[in-house]
Amino acid sequence: MLQLKDITLRLSDGRAILEGVSVALQGSKIYAITGPNGSGKSSIARIIMGMQQPTAGFILLNGQDITHFGITQRAKLGIGYAFQNPPRFKGIKVSELIKLAGGSKDQTSICDMLYSVGLCAQDYLNRDADGTLSGGEAKRIEIATVLSRRLRFAVFDEPEAGIDLWSFQKLADTFREMHGKTDTTIVIISHQERILELADEILLMKDGRLAPVPREEILASKDSEASCRCRQSCGKRGLEHVECVG
Amino acid sequence: MLSALDRLLLEKVADLHEIPKGAYNIRRNGEGVQRNTTANIDIVTKKDKPGIDIIVKPGTKGESVHIPVILSAEGMKDVVYNTFEIGEGADVLIVAGCGIHNACSETEQHDGVHEFFVRKGARIRYVEKHYGEGPGTGKRVLNPKTILDAEEGAVVELELVQIMGVDDTVRDTEITLADRAKLIVTERLLTDFLQKAVSDVDILIKGDDASAQVISRSVARGHSRQEFLFNLDGYARCRGHIQCDAIIMDNAVVISTPKIGAFSKDAQLVHEAAIGRLESQQLLKLMSLGLSEKEAEDTILKGFLK
Repeated sequence: MLQLKDITLRLSDGRAILEGVSVALQGSKIYAITGPNGSGKSSIARIIMGMQQPTAGFILLNGQDITHFGITQRAKLGIGYAFQNPPRFKGIKVSELIKLAGGSKDQTSICDMLYSVGLCAQDYLNRDADGTLSGGEAKRIEIATVLSRRLRFAVFDEPEAGIDLWSFQKLADTFREMHGKTDTTIVIISHQERILELADEILLMKDGRLAPVPREEILASKDSEASCRCRQSCGKRGLEHVECVG
Repeated sequence: MLSALDRLLLEKVADLHEIPKGAYNIRRNGEGVQRNTTANIDIVTKKDKPGIDIIVKPGTKGESVHIPVILSAEGMKDVVYNTFEIGEGADVLIVAGCGIHNACSETEQHDGVHEFFVRKGARIRYVEKHYGEGPGTGKRVLNPKTILDAEEGAVVELELVQIMGVDDTVRDTEITLADRAKLIVTERLLTDFLQKAVSDVDILIKGDDASAQVISRSVARGHSRQEFLFNLDGYARCRGHIQCDAIIMDNAVVISTPKIGAFSKDAQLVHEAAIGRLESQQLLKLMSLGLSEKEAEDTILKGFLK
């Protein structure tokens, strides 16, 4: 179980990005974190991975205080993070990146990993993971690097962004399979209704806080987004207490 | 007889774990120590100055020539002039390179002047690695000069690599391309401490439908200094592309001076140059996979310089 206790993150000008966020994320569950842009979703993910230090509060992994642990230390404890905007690497091949992630994986398992994110292994194994990849390709490879690790806790930051419809369905299946086969706690930051439906619990972020809105109400509000003209997946439409800017 | 140190240097500069197959000439401390020629590749000692002529017969396919130079004698300053005559339609691999082991306080230096004549339709891949090591305080200096003339339809690939331990280098490269000649230059450079490196590349495209591509990647660490002077002139219907990327770290200095000159309306020339720090997102990504910051940095730099 990973617990966030009263996590606050303030910028140097005093502005709060996160304000007293407390949540206990249980093992073997899928959590979705949703909410408008700028509500603090990615900040939570980065704080869990150790990429940002909270101004106040604690993070506990199975009771162990990891608040001041570095990124590498947390990675070795089995925490993983799929970037929203993955970096590219000149001179590092896709297969090498996946090997780095999963240790000394054999070729077949690397191919399987690529297939699970909707990429043909033959086309991608020997490609450089550099700027020649499209946004969607880089995103899928990023997800594959996280899937290839044996994790206790995996955070995916907007995994659906830049992914086409077929691959999106495949991705949803992959999350389902991961959920069924492993006891990894999966946290997915997303606006997508179909991703939210996968989740055992949905957490709604608003203005840096967790809003106590039931799962059904959040899903119902996502339903009404189908009629939203702006279609920005801002997550605001239909929620009584959130004003839609569309 | 080669010593263990000689063998180590040969491995570093020419990937040689044993005496190579095919033609070779091993030069140690200013003297040729071992040589082999084949039916198609001759190696002849120059009479007027130090160095060799490497003559590849027309039509020679799939053969290689290794001409490594190793220096380990105290205060050795070696100058060598090598001429390569690559016959029409030949297709060969040439592995050069120089390794210096300096255990003293005096400068050890190797200046290699390589002149290439790549005849019609010939193809060469030329690999040059420079490496320095040793506990001495004396400088390890390498100054290669490459002059290459590619005739009609010739294809030339140059891989120029300097990864470790060279204190001072001025790399001077002059290339002329005739009709349909194709040139690919990949340069990899790593400097550290107080090392200095200058790479001055001049490419002259004279022929129609010729093309030149230069991909330079470098990493400057410590208090080192790198300077790149790339000049690409197109006098015909041709294409040229220079891509120059540098990662700068610590207190290093990198200066990149691009120049492209079109002397024909049909010359299409591009120059891209970028100097920047190691991207923090790259480090964070690899650390999130369990690598330490140092391991992540090494992995990124190794890939970048591959």
